[in-house]
Amino acid sequence: MKMLTCKDASHLISERQERPLGLRERLGLRLHLWLCDGCRNFERQLALMRQALRNLGRAADAGGADLTPEARERIRKTLAERGKHEH
Amino acid sequence: MTENALGTPDTWLDEHGAALYKYALVHTRDQHRAEEVVQETLLAALQAQDRYAGGASVRTWLIGILKHKIMDQFRRDAREVPLDDADEPDGASEEESFDLTGHWRNAPSDWGNPEEMLERGQFMAILQRCLEVLPPRLARLFMLREVMEEDSENICQEMAITPTNLWTMLYRARMGLRQCLDRNWAV
Repeated sequence: MKMLTCKDASHLISERQERPLGLRERLGLRLHLWLCDGCRNFERQLALMRQALRNLGRAADAGGADLTPEARERIRKTLAERGKHEH
Repeated sequence: MTENALGTPDTWLDEHGAALYKYALVHTRDQHRAEEVVQETLLAALQAQDRYAGGASVRTWLIGILKHKIMDQFRRDAREVPLDDADEPDGASEEESFDLTGHWRNAPSDWGNPEEMLERGQFMAILQRCLEVLPPRLARLFMLREVMEEDSENICQEMAITPTNLWTMLYRARMGLRQCLDRNWAV
């Protein structure tokens, strides 16, 4: 089996988050990771990024962000106009 | 739940406007786009209010509509300029990351203990700033996948792109974000 380069390994590590890898891919990757500190760090970095972004989405934390009074007013008007058509 | 519990469009805006906007802002990363999508959501809710089943809270119902609208907005963009031939620089080019033999030019560093890192506000702040550095369309696709947790198959279907396309774009986004974090975070 041809040894994976770090570039190959990085693609597999990213794609593993999207699809199940084949047997050959899994074995090749495991061997590469066993030998390569950089790719092991890369693997942990991607996992951490994914977790951090999920946390971001679940908290939907945009700080104290709120609609501006202008935007609120604009939306209120649009809703009122459209509401009239509905009834 | 009674029909009264649903309230009126005005009360939706008063009581849930800020929450909808925050959610939209996290996912669209743009004030104007977030405002637009909140308005579209409330208009759609107005039209669909007869179908509100009353099972979920009004907030959950509205957020559900909002998610669809964010996806719609993204799809409209993608139609105007197909994602894969958008004239945008890569998140981080392969040549920048790897030498000709496929080895890292700068090997990724150890970011430390994951649990600890996620607790630290500083990491999240740098992450937010690094997201700004990604090309906007690539960033939105990435947000859809990672923040909204939309699954790959859905995204491909909605955006009419092939899985290989999607994987390549996500790879680019991850490489770009990682590189930025490595530069700004690693000690």
